Amino acid sequence: MRIFRNLKELYRYRVLIQNLVVRELKARYRGTVLGFLWSFFNPLLLMIVYTAVFGLIISPRDPAFESKPLIYALYLFCGILPWHWFASSTLESANVLMINGNLIKKILFPAEILPVVTVTSNMIHFFFGLPIVLVFIPILGKKLTPYVLLLPVVIFVQYVFTLAFNLMISSLTVHFRDIKDILANWLTFWFFATPIIYPMTFGTIQSSAPLRLMLNLNPMTHIIQGYQYCLFYGGLFHWKRLGVTFLVSLAFFVVGYMIFDRLRDSFAEEV
Amino acid sequence: MQAIEVDHVSRIYQKYSARHRFQTFKSALVKGDLFRALRPDELVTALDDVTLSVEKGQTFGVIGENGSGKSTLLKLIAGIAKPTTGEVRTHGKISALIELGAGFHPEITGRENVFINGIMLGLTKKEISGKFDEIVEFAGLEDFIDAPVKTYSSGMYMRLGFAIAINVNPEILLIDEVLAVGDASFIPKCLDRIDDFRRRQKTILFVSHDLITVDKICDRVAWLKNGRVQMIGEPKRLVDAYLQDVAEKQERSFEKRQKEPPAVAQDQEERRENRWGKREVEITRVVLKNTHGEEKHVFSPEEGLLIEMDVIAHSPADDFVFGMGLFNSQGICCYGTNTLLEDYEPVSIQGEGKVVCRIEKLGLVNGTYYLDVAVHKRDGYPYDYHRNLYSFLVSSTHKDVGIGRLSHGWSFSPGIGVKSPQR
Repeated sequence: MRIFRNLKELYRYRVLIQNLVVRELKARYRGTVLGFLWSFFNPLLLMIVYTAVFGLIISPRDPAFESKPLIYALYLFCGILPWHWFASSTLESANVLMINGNLIKKILFPAEILPVVTVTSNMIHFFFGLPIVLVFIPILGKKLTPYVLLLPVVIFVQYVFTLAFNLMISSLTVHFRDIKDILANWLTFWFFATPIIYPMTFGTIQSSAPLRLMLNLNPMTHIIQGYQYCLFYGGLFHWKRLGVTFLVSLAFFVVGYMIFDRLRDSFAEEV
Repeated sequence: MQAIEVDHVSRIYQKYSARHRFQTFKSALVKGDLFRALRPDELVTALDDVTLSVEKGQTFGVIGENGSGKSTLLKLIAGIAKPTTGEVRTHGKISALIELGAGFHPEITGRENVFINGIMLGLTKKEISGKFDEIVEFAGLEDFIDAPVKTYSSGMYMRLGFAIAINVNPEILLIDEVLAVGDASFIPKCLDRIDDFRRRQKTILFVSHDLITVDKICDRVAWLKNGRVQMIGEPKRLVDAYLQDVAEKQERSFEKRQKEPPAVAQDQEERRENRWGKREVEITRVVLKNTHGEEKHVFSPEEGLLIEMDVIAHSPADDFVFGMGLFNSQGICCYGTNTLLEDYEPVSIQGEGKVVCRIEKLGLVNGTYYLDVAVHKRDGYPYDYHRNLYSFLVSSTHKDVGIGRLSHGWSFSPGIGVKSPQR
């Protein structure tokens, strides 16, 4: 099958992918005083802002978070960090073929490397943020459990899903530039349609079957919940749901790759 | 053994207009059929049934005007684009110098870019490490290699790109007009490298507008015209045929421009400014011909030029001087004379007539020239003065400079070895 041949080809280019990811990470903070430290500071500052806003201003006291605002801030952060990986990858992927048009037009190499590099370098940024969560969990009064060790499973599922979605977005945006603008709005909606700022256990969600269905049909729901179980709740995630999400992501990946492959020949003249 | 085989290849580009795109996006959403919506609304044939083959070890040139399909051909051979129909077969590792330094990231250093660019071009990290010093030295960037590429001048950028690409050590090297941007000291270095390649029996495909270099380094040449192979063969013959064709084309467009009536008011104004005199004696028409009497606007420096003026004297006159002046595009007078300066004594003029100034051999260098013609009294009172109203082109393969080409030759004492040009 073509997809296997493509994947094999992609594997052949792993050194290039690796180098491009490094380049991406280096270039991002080139010229800043703090350099790589920004990868830590950005999530740290974000965490501090959440803690301040929810601890001092909004101060939600919901029994789901032991009636403590700071616990809520931690919950929020556990969801936002992986969401940020997904959202920024997607927004960057929408542009990645156009920005690197020069490469596609002038050098022979598989174009899917570009979204792969985007998703991977954003994942590494996510990795930089993870220690911040791990440090804040005990500080804000939760306990780290061995379930943290299951994180790689969730990360893998998210990687497959993000890449699948980004392959599709990056190739379609070449033809339909409008997608970029639609995407920004769509991602905002998607963010609120994923249990990041609220838990699935909220009464409003539990009492409304359509709402529950909508949330459960969203693959990101199960991925984000996976993180919340590993980090926040300290328990085993719904492995069946995550398993289904993984299968859906795989299918999605095949479709995304097929679309990308189908449009591949048009890139050199359209970007 | 063939290194490159291009077999009945056509490449059709699809054009999507912006309006069409918007409509298709809507309809794509409504119908949910993205692929059907991606149908183009206009087709452009960049290459049309091109067949050619390049033998291993051969240096093959491709010439043709802009838009004739040269770069498309190169991209197909490099594998960057796919042919619409037909097949391209290549044997051996290819390195394409299509755009030097494509893929350099401006924010990271030259060193890091060398590695990434090298890997993109198919080298391994180890190979690059081994060749790194050579690459940097060839590019002459020893002092700047650890500076971000965004601080490089365009020349430095290009040199680094060339140095990497040439060190990929391919079996087949594709070169697309990249030497055009180098400075005077870098181009010979590149040509040396290309020579070195030829000696080592590597295949080179060379696309260029620099016909002298094509003639010098290529074994065979293909001439593309409007996406079709016009001719394939020996360089000298092809370059000449191509130049002939270009000259004819220039001729046609020049003719068209000359024939267009000065319809616009501003143009008429300009014409009035460039023509003065009371026209007691009038120059009604000026035609440029070669010595065979053919009307022309593009001349070779070896050719002769006839300036034919139709004149009419509305009243009889006995004081008249015909003159002409040739100016180059900088407005420098290359030559000017009149009948008085050459001691023709005016006797009488009446009614219609014809005056011809015959130049046996133009002897000018390449460029556009403007022509003044005039008829005036001996004291300078103008009857009819045409300033820069006529123009023609001089076109040749020689790149000599100056205002005019002095008739000359070279000779060498026996101790100096020189190969004469074959022209």
